[in-house]
Formats: sequence, C-alpha cells, structure tokens
Amino acid sequence: MSDKSIAYVRTEMAPELPAPDNTHGPVAWMTHNLFSSIPHTILTLLGIYIIYQLSWPLLKFSFYDVAWTGEGREACAGKTGACWAYVRAYFSQFVYGRYPVAEYWRVDIVFAVGALGLIPALIPSVPYKRFNILFMLIAYPVMTFILLSGGNLSFEDYLVEYSILFVVIVAIGVAIAVATKSNPKPVVLTLGGIGIAIALILGIMSYDFGLTHVETDKWGGFLVTLVIAVTGIAASLPLGIALALGRRSNMPIIRLVSVIFIEFWRGVPLITVLFMSSVVLPLFLPEGVTFDKLLRALIGVALFSAAYMAEVVRGGLQAIPKGQYEGASALGLTFWQSTGLIIMPQALKLVIPGIVNTFIGLFKDTTLVLIIGLFDLLGQVQFSFTDAKWSTPNTSHTGYLFAAIVFWIFCFGMSRYSIFMENRLHTGHKR
Amino acid sequence: MAANSHANTDKPAEKGSIFNDPKVRGIVYQVALVSGLAYLVWSIIQNAARNLEKQNIASGFGFMDGTAGFAPNQSLIDVSAASTYGEIFIAGLLNTLLMAVIGIIFATIVGFIMGIARLSNNWVVSKIATVYIEIVRNIPLLLQIFFWYFAVLRALPHPKQSHVFLSEFYLNNRGFFMPKPIFGEGSELIGYALVAAIVGIFALINWAKKRQMETGKRFPVLWTSLALLFGLPLVAYFLSGMPVTFDHPVKTKFSLKGGMRVIPEFVGLLLALTIYTGAFIAEIVRAGILAVSHGQTEAAHALGLRNGPTLRLVIIPQAMRVIIPPLTSQYLNLTKNSSLAVAIAYPDIVSAGGTILNQTGQAIEVIGIWMIVYLSISLLISLFMNWYNRSIAMVER
Repeated sequence: MSDKSIAYVRTEMAPELPAPDNTHGPVAWMTHNLFSSIPHTILTLLGIYIIYQLSWPLLKFSFYDVAWTGEGREACAGKTGACWAYVRAYFSQFVYGRYPVAEYWRVDIVFAVGALGLIPALIPSVPYKRFNILFMLIAYPVMTFILLSGGNLSFEDYLVEYSILFVVIVAIGVAIAVATKSNPKPVVLTLGGIGIAIALILGIMSYDFGLTHVETDKWGGFLVTLVIAVTGIAASLPLGIALALGRRSNMPIIRLVSVIFIEFWRGVPLITVLFMSSVVLPLFLPEGVTFDKLLRALIGVALFSAAYMAEVVRGGLQAIPKGQYEGASALGLTFWQSTGLIIMPQALKLVIPGIVNTFIGLFKDTTLVLIIGLFDLLGQVQFSFTDAKWSTPNTSHTGYLFAAIVFWIFCFGMSRYSIFMENRLHTGHKR
Repeated sequence: MAANSHANTDKPAEKGSIFNDPKVRGIVYQVALVSGLAYLVWSIIQNAARNLEKQNIASGFGFMDGTAGFAPNQSLIDVSAASTYGEIFIAGLLNTLLMAVIGIIFATIVGFIMGIARLSNNWVVSKIATVYIEIVRNIPLLLQIFFWYFAVLRALPHPKQSHVFLSEFYLNNRGFFMPKPIFGEGSELIGYALVAAIVGIFALINWAKKRQMETGKRFPVLWTSLALLFGLPLVAYFLSGMPVTFDHPVKTKFSLKGGMRVIPEFVGLLLALTIYTGAFIAEIVRAGILAVSHGQTEAAHALGLRNGPTLRLVIIPQAMRVIIPPLTSQYLNLTKNSSLAVAIAYPDIVSAGGTILNQTGQAIEVIGIWMIVYLSISLLISLFMNWYNRSIAMVER
C-alpha cells in the first residue's frame, strides 16, 4: 500500500441529493407511467387523442340518438345512432334462421341442455366429470340431431344388413382369437357392446318421436354457427390426435399418408375446401347418394381443422421426453396403453393453448360458409340488409356491430378460459 | 441353469402369435390402409367420370382456351372480355400475389409497431395496443372485410363529394384516386439509377460490416442507404431532363377522370387483412421480445448501450429467432385469407375462378388449379422463410 493519493477516491463529501420523488400514489404513478419524459408525454397525449377519436364515435353511435324500439325504418330514419330496433326485430332470425317459429322450443332445448352440460364440464371442481363428458360426447349429439332435424331416419330398413355385418365381424374376431389360442370372451364382449351401442343409437335416430322434419336449409343464424363450430371441434380433436400419431408412427406408409393429408389441408385456404365440398364432393359420390349441403360443409370444416389440430398435438408429442416412452415400455404397457395413459395426458396438457386457439380459429372460420350459401350468423346479418323495410344508412353498421359483439364475446371467452386452464394445469413446469 | 439352456435349445420356446408381432401387424395395417385408399380413389374416379358424363362436361383443361366474356376490374396484365379463361386465371393469380405482398408488408409494419407498443412503459400506449389486439383477434376476418368494404368504403360519398387529401388524392365510393406517373422518354435512366443504388447499398453494407469488424468503427449505413436510394434516382431524374409527368385525377361531372384508381375492393381487403394479421403478428412480436431474458437488457445497459441500440442490436436479433417460425405461418395465413376476396368480388384467383366455374362447370379443374396455386405459394413462402430463419439462427459450437 502506497501513500499516494488514489485518483478515484473522494476527498470531500458528495453534495446531498434531493429526496427521491414519491413512488406511491396517483401522481407518482402518472409521472412514472405517462409523463416520464418529453417523448413519453407526447405519446401519451397522442394516445389519448386516438382513444378519443376512436371510442367517442363508437359510444355515440351505440347509445346517443339511437332507436331502441320501432316497427320499421321510420323508427331509425333521421337518427344518427344505431338502429337497435332492427336488431330486436331480426333477433329471432339471427338466432334461429328460417327455422319454423313453432319449433323454436327444440332449438331452445338444445341450447339450454348444451349450456347445462358444458358449464359443469368446464368448471374443474365440479365432480362426475367422466359422466358429464360422456353425456356431452354421446347422448347430447344424438339428442341434438333428433331435436333439430326431427329424427325418424328410417335406418330400420337396413336392419338385416346390419345384423349380418355385425355377426360377420364378431365371427372374424372370434376366429382370430381361436386361431391365436386366446380367450374369445373379451373379443365378443367388446365387439358386441360396440355393435349393440351403435345399433341402439341408430335405432333412437330412426324412432319416430312425432317431431316434424326440419330441412337443414331452414337452419340458420347462430344455430348454424354453433352446429358447425361444435361439430368441427368435436370431430377435429380425435381426428387430429389420430393424424398426429400417424405422423409420428414408425410405419412409413401411414406416416406418409398422414404427412400428405396434413400438409395438403394446411396449404389450401378454407374457402377452396368449402367450394370443393359443395361443388366437387357430389361428383365423387355414386349416383343416387346425395349429401345434405350443411353436412358437406361440416365434412370440409372437420377435415380442415383436423389437420391444424394434428400439428398442435404433434407439437405436444414432440415436447414429451423420450424417457416417458421408455418408462411406459419398461412397465410393459402396450402402445395404446402408454399413449392413452402416459403420453397423451401430458402432451395435450402442454398444448391446451394451441388447441383452444384452433377452436377459436374454427369458430371464426364458420362465417365462411356464407360464401357457399349457408346462412350462419353473419350470413343472416348480411342477408337482412336486403330488407327494404329496415334500410337506413345505419342498418348495416348496427348489424355488423351486433355480429361483432356476439363473435367477440365467444372468442374472447374461449381465450380467457384457455389462459385459466393453462395456469391451472401449469404444474411442475413452473420455476 | 445348464439344463435349462439345454432344454431351450433342444425344444424351441413356443412362438408367440404372429398377431402379436409388431412387424407383422404394421404390415397388415399399412396394407389395409393402402388398399382402402386405393379403393376410395378408384371409386371416386369412377363416380366422377360417370357423373361428368351425365352432365355433359368434358374433363381436362381444354376450356382454358375459351373466351371468357368477362374481365376483372383490376388487372396487372392486359385483359379484356375477349381474353381466354387462362389469361383471366393469370390475372387473378397476379392479383392474389399483389394482395399478399402488399398485405404482408403492411401487416408486418403494423404488427411490429403494435407488438412493441404493447410492451411500452407508457401505460396509455400499451393499453391501446392491448385493446387493439384483443378486439381484432376475436372478430372473424370475414366480418371485418364486410365492415370495411360495405359499411365504410361503399358508404363513402359519390365522386363529386370526394374526400380530398393534399389536393391530389381523392377518396370516394369508386375507390382511391391518385396521380399516375407517366414515364416519358429518357426515364430508363431513373430505373438504372435505382438498380445502381440498390447494388451500391449492398456493397456499402458489406464494406461497413468489414470495416466495423476490423476497426470497430461504425458507419451510418441506414442514412447513407436512404440517401442513395432516393438521391440517385432523383439525380438521374434531373439529369435526364425531368421526363416523368403526372396524370392528375380531374373531377368531371359524374366521376373522376385520369389518374390512378385503386378499386375499393382492394382497399377494403387490404385494410381488413392488414389490421387482422397485424394483431396476430403483434402478439408474436411481443412473445418473441419477452422470450429474450431480461439479463440481456441489463447486460446491454451495463455495457453502456442506450435503450434504442439495446433494442436494435441486442434484443431484436435474438427475438427474431423466436419470431420467425410463427411469423411465417402468419404470412401463409394472410396469403390464404386473401382468398376471402371472393366475398367482396376483388378479382383474385378464387373470385375469378369462381366465375369461370359458374360459366363452364369445370369444377374439378378450377378447384384443382386453386389448390395447386395455393400449395405452391405456401411452399415458396415456407422455403424462403426457412432460408431466412437459417441465416439468422444461432451459430453454436
């Protein structure tokens, strides 16, 4: 240690600094978050100006000088605000489309049971999840189909053919079991159970409940939006899981077919798929077989979203470490056991946000069916503008605003739910 | 033990059932799949052939030489009602590509601004970005297209009462009108100057990088490049005797004459695609920036970098690695979503093809062309973005 003075050591006290600014309270918050510097102040003022410019006209349009009630365009003519009376008058069309008014109760029951079945399924703490989900996946679709279309499908004409097919399949199962010297009892029980369950469902669908038949071209509005979205969601998840497993399979042909299928559907726009299902699909069917227009659109939407779902699920499968597969094999689990009990629960948990995003995308994409002439909610709204009875300058704005609010509520709700589930299931990965 | 092994070699252990052999099962499954698919394809071809025969439609692409009898209201190539279906298809394809390219550029700009704004320290700015993203992402694109086209652009005043900007740009329900540059004689020089400027910029970037590597001195590349890009053509413009004139839109009794017209379908679709895709890109950008650990920012500040250079030199290059793959799929989505043009009759390939489909009934061929075109575009964008992704990927040991 030398005595030489060190240049960077102070010899006198530093001047006292002023006390720090408030760090609490509204003033401090504002100086910190809004006016921390001159550029920030300019940005803040600009932002407030933009908010004013955008939200004030919207609020004014929605609430100021609006017509809440009225019987025709006279109620809204001359008003600067929204023509809510038109939405009121058209509300039942927006919900049910051209569904016969006397049969609205059927749609109402479907909506009510759907909500009653879905809400407990979505709340994690409600018990009996398994029954709830089985009900929603099996009983509810059958019920919905019968209520909405009227059922009475006359499958009973095919009873003989079905029985023969059933007996043949069970016989093949038993033959394989005998040939491999294993117990034929479980084969008979499984195949028989599935066969009888399918027969039961088809039987219920064929039973005449006395409901009038409602053609699907009478369905419309939010009903069609929900039917397409829910069917697409319900069909795309199992199909997507199957495709994702196929893409990761060791069997080269199955892998190739899955890859081609997924990449094909992901590479083309949905609108061309819908055109294909509405224009080309009938050409591919044998003579005499006709498909309902709605059903064709449903097939297109389901295949399209299945490809997207497959990629989401594959992402989850790739994130599962190899040790999990090896551990499952070491325990002696078969492929389906290890997939169903070990891999899938972890993989699906990881990709819940992706799955819900696909659902949201599917829900928004249902609007595209209006291009092939089906009337979903947006299609009904768009169609209602042709009505001279309500033609005012503000009708279209009001209609779009209404449709936007409905879609927004559903999509935003789904995205919030996915964030909630993500946080709930985010166990073990959190640091 | 010995006895046991002896017994084993003597009498081979009972073989398991061949149905439990995964190899055999795999072959059985695959053969079943292939035969099922083959049967499906065969029956589809049979049915299609029979149905087409019944409807008197000749399959094949011979119809492409037929006269269309209609012309799209926007085209980059010269088409008229006397053009063939094939030419209309190409015009539609070019319109799709035009929309995709311009849409991608605008959506990227909007997305990056909004994504960074959402992370701003400024409460008002970040809330505006949040509200924008949450509203736009959760409303169907088709609804937004309808809103912009029917409720905003078609509701604009007639050409006589156009909104005028800078006394040269007119906005009305017939579209957006602006002066149209007319390149007179000698204007090739401007083009050459532009090419020279672009070549010069690349050379400059290389040189500046090399110099920075060797001496550590930085060169103001951005400003020099901009000066080159605009300055050289400007110099050429004056040197060649100002050959460029403008055709100004002029108000006539009923409409606007002259100038360049951007059809409202284009404006509406572009607005909707930009705003919609921009919201998704904003979320991707935000996620990418958040993925760069805060330690990087702190380290950059410790090295004495200010906020701007920190963002530009440290955060964004690392964030880009996270951003690029999802950004690619958004670009693909935008391109595919541009097919919604058919709903407002912007003459893209789907819209033009739809009219052709209605006129000729050649459903399989038209839809086949659509699918091939979109699959190729998807493939090209993926290839390009994968190349870009590789070029910015982290170089590890």
